[in-house]
Amino acid sequence: MADVALQPNTVGAAQPVRKRSGLQKALKRKSTAAFLMTLPLIILIALLVLYPAFYSLHLATLNKSMQRFVGLGNFEFLFKRDTFWLVVKQSCIFAITAVLFKALIGFIVAHFVHNIPAKGQRKWRGMLLVPWVIPPAMSTLAWLWLFDPSYSAFNYTLSFFGIGPIPWTGDADWARFSVILVNVWYGAPFFMIMYLASLKSVPEQLYEAAAIDGANWWQRIWYVTLPMMRNIIAITTLFSLIVTFANFDIVRILTAGGPLDHTHIFATWAFRIGIEGSDIPLGASVSLFMVPILAVAAIFILRDVNKRGNEA
Amino acid sequence: MSSVTIDKAAPTRTVKLGSMSRDRKWALRWSYFFLTLFAIFSLLPPIYMLVTSLKSSAEISAATNPWWVFHPTLENYVGLLTSNQFLRFFLNSALVSIFVVTITMLISVPAAFALARMRFWGSATLATGVFLTYLIPDSLLFIPLFKVFAQFGDWTGIQLINRWYVLLFIYPTLTVPFCTWIMIGYFASIPKELDEAAIIDGASWFQTLTRIFIPVALPGLIAATIFAFTVSWAQFLYPLVFTTSTDQLVLPVGIITTLIKGDVFNWGQIMTGALLGAAPPLIIYAFLMDYYIAGLTAGATKG
Repeated sequence: MADVALQPNTVGAAQPVRKRSGLQKALKRKSTAAFLMTLPLIILIALLVLYPAFYSLHLATLNKSMQRFVGLGNFEFLFKRDTFWLVVKQSCIFAITAVLFKALIGFIVAHFVHNIPAKGQRKWRGMLLVPWVIPPAMSTLAWLWLFDPSYSAFNYTLSFFGIGPIPWTGDADWARFSVILVNVWYGAPFFMIMYLASLKSVPEQLYEAAAIDGANWWQRIWYVTLPMMRNIIAITTLFSLIVTFANFDIVRILTAGGPLDHTHIFATWAFRIGIEGSDIPLGASVSLFMVPILAVAAIFILRDVNKRGNEA
Repeated sequence: MSSVTIDKAAPTRTVKLGSMSRDRKWALRWSYFFLTLFAIFSLLPPIYMLVTSLKSSAEISAATNPWWVFHPTLENYVGLLTSNQFLRFFLNSALVSIFVVTITMLISVPAAFALARMRFWGSATLATGVFLTYLIPDSLLFIPLFKVFAQFGDWTGIQLINRWYVLLFIYPTLTVPFCTWIMIGYFASIPKELDEAAIIDGASWFQTLTRIFIPVALPGLIAATIFAFTVSWAQFLYPLVFTTSTDQLVLPVGIITTLIKGDVFNWGQIMTGALLGAAPPLIIYAFLMDYYIAGLTAGATKG
């Protein structure tokens, strides 16, 4: 896409040079028409994305009733609270672990799907992508019911193996595990589909050449598949890192941050403080802490997207 | 293969070939085995929704085998589909999604056309900006957006908060950037000769868009539409923040706030509601899987 953006204007050079009245000419002009066509988009982004984004910087410097300027007071307050550091730690654990497992499972499953005869692949792919299709709020409810302490289907099944009732959402560590499990369940199909698409684009000759050179399956993955998929792995991981880091639905429904704030991540804690606790400035300050990591990921994605665009 | 196992004196090369095809067979078996495991893992929650939705509340609380329905009943479905409240949620969700899809297409298709084909000052920057906007998550914007709309209400007297149609303003921030981005990709892949020919034949820019670009990029358009629909149908955070009255809620929020009463979970109805809420995206997916996947992969591979 970016390659088009870089190309000089070729079509526009053939503009008809006719005498018209000023306004009509301006409307006929290609750049004016193009500007008008993008105007709704520009207005939307400016008013409902950029303005709120900068507005939250302003909000973060106000006191709870939003009448007094407190500078960095909200941040100072946050830094002194243990819960804040707990949330930072949990957000990082949550995002990194979940993305790692999603990428790993997606990679493995993509290989299995790629392995079987092409005719059956569609069916399997269709089944494996279902978690991604169901709205996460709906599927998390099903997980919540699977995890239910008294009538839990999981604990019922595990009891046959002599494994005692597990407090899936009741105990801090188990709750963290459950939240990550549901996130992996939801996100792994996305990786699977992306990897599968890129696996298909690796030329078969490379594997043949590797096989002739006596490469075993591990060497084939390490020296052929991974280098060929490097770009897509990087981009998918960064994408997923952003989405997972900013996740709200799953944690909110499964544990609502409990037990004792031990599963809160930035989004859910910001919601708890800003909307439920109606301390909007403090909530805005909390969610602003997501910006640095999102920005870093975004820069890398953008670099990659532009690079790929120029290569194409 | 069998000849290889019998003929021990065969040259090593043949043995190796035989073992390779045996490896293949085992690899295939392992693949099917693990794929079955993963498929079970993937389909477990939706199947469990279905199983639970067919149970009466008496059976759920009887703590019998949770994986099996002993006395299947449709009472949960009847209960929900005759409840005005639930139908209202469904209607709100449908209205919001349909309007958002329309708005998204009206904004993003012309914009993508302009950005892909008509160079103008700052167009490259704008295309990058659109992509960056797509990377801004909802959980970053919900607090300032809430405040912005609250203030808008104070200044103009038009109260938008706690009305379902406030979502029509907010959802496009999620759908438009991505749809524009993938449409730019699809439009850019259309050969330049096609629109040059149209221009030479005297077509205006608008005609080029409607007569050539939209028909040719129809698969992309369908993929973008599906994306916009599924995003607006599934969105949970914004409706949770912006709507509170029960008659203004959309499906996901409605199920969670009304069917869970305090600590009492009416699981039969919750699972039925969740299944009905998951049905529209699943049905679309079942019929238009290829477009769905095209849209999914286009985000990162196109452009």
